[in-house]
Amino acid sequence: MSATDPNDELTPPVPGSAARRRLWRAMRPRWTKGQVTVGLLCVLLGFGAATQVKEVGKADFSRLRQEELVEVLDQLDAQASRLEAENIDLQRERDRLESDQTSQQAAAEAARQRSEVQGILAGTISAQGPGIALTVRDPEGKVSASLAYLLVDELRNAGAEAISLGPVRVVASTYFEDCEDEPCIVVDGARLEAPYEWLAIGDPTTLETALGIPGGALAAVRTQGGSSALSAMDPVRITATRRPAQPRYATALE
Amino acid sequence: MIALLGLLVGVVLGMATQTDVPVFLMPYLPIAVVAALDALAGAARAMLDGLFDDRVFVVSFFSNVLVAALLVFIGDQLGVGSQLSTAVLVVLGIRIFSNAAAIRRKLFKA
Repeated sequence: MSATDPNDELTPPVPGSAARRRLWRAMRPRWTKGQVTVGLLCVLLGFGAATQVKEVGKADFSRLRQEELVEVLDQLDAQASRLEAENIDLQRERDRLESDQTSQQAAAEAARQRSEVQGILAGTISAQGPGIALTVRDPEGKVSASLAYLLVDELRNAGAEAISLGPVRVVASTYFEDCEDEPCIVVDGARLEAPYEWLAIGDPTTLETALGIPGGALAAVRTQGGSSALSAMDPVRITATRRPAQPRYATALE
Repeated sequence: MIALLGLLVGVVLGMATQTDVPVFLMPYLPIAVVAALDALAGAARAMLDGLFDDRVFVVSFFSNVLVAALLVFIGDQLGVGSQLSTAVLVVLGIRIFSNAAAIRRKLFKA
């Protein structure tokens, strides 16, 4: 109903005062039949509303319709399958990480062993094990670089895995050179004089046999006027090391 | 005045007593409450117009509640229960709003 409703024109002269007067009159409790009826119906309404409010507050599924329940069930099903898929994904991820970790540990172990082996072979780390100690004396000053080279050759042929001459670790690139003026040997730039202290790690029996064969290295020492003392030792400790040279030209072939 | 008192008494009663709504009434109670609110708003407006009649109020109260519940019931039977109860609620809400607007205009001329 709009403000221009003809009913509004029935309440002159002050607009609104009639409605307020009626409201005021209605607010006074009068036990007429109409008031009591309205009051009773309002009791009913308040009761129903309060009950419904309490019912909603329970928030259980009992007040939902069938299709709403089906919808809730569908949502729960979808959520469950989604969580299940996520669970499987995460388990797979966990397994993958675990196996990654295991293989990484294995790789680290292998790398450590490899670096140890290569360090011994390249002479970059100290080594110990069964082997021999050989002292070569040179009273006549005739033991030469080529004799030293012959000795290294014999030791290598006999399977020596690590060799040192005095303070110098003998490796693949080691060179021997005669001093020009006096009886000494230059080994990798270091001047060494008699007696020459050799250490070699390998099978002691094989090494001794290889050095002692007729016409072998020790025989050559004797013909040069030198003398030698050979003894098997376990363990032989070779502490002389060599700084690894950084290759300037060669790189690894992938 | 008695109407307001009655409303208050009803709310207190509903809160105080542990009433379980019967299952078959559950979908209809909220609609019925809103329909009754609509009847109450219409009665307040009629009172301010000076046209209030208790007989009319009683009849409109119960007919509103019954028709609303019946609509929802039919909707449930037809499989469109939730849509139809939404429709009923929208209509009742519009009526309550227009009645409230009319009351406001009569009391405050605004």
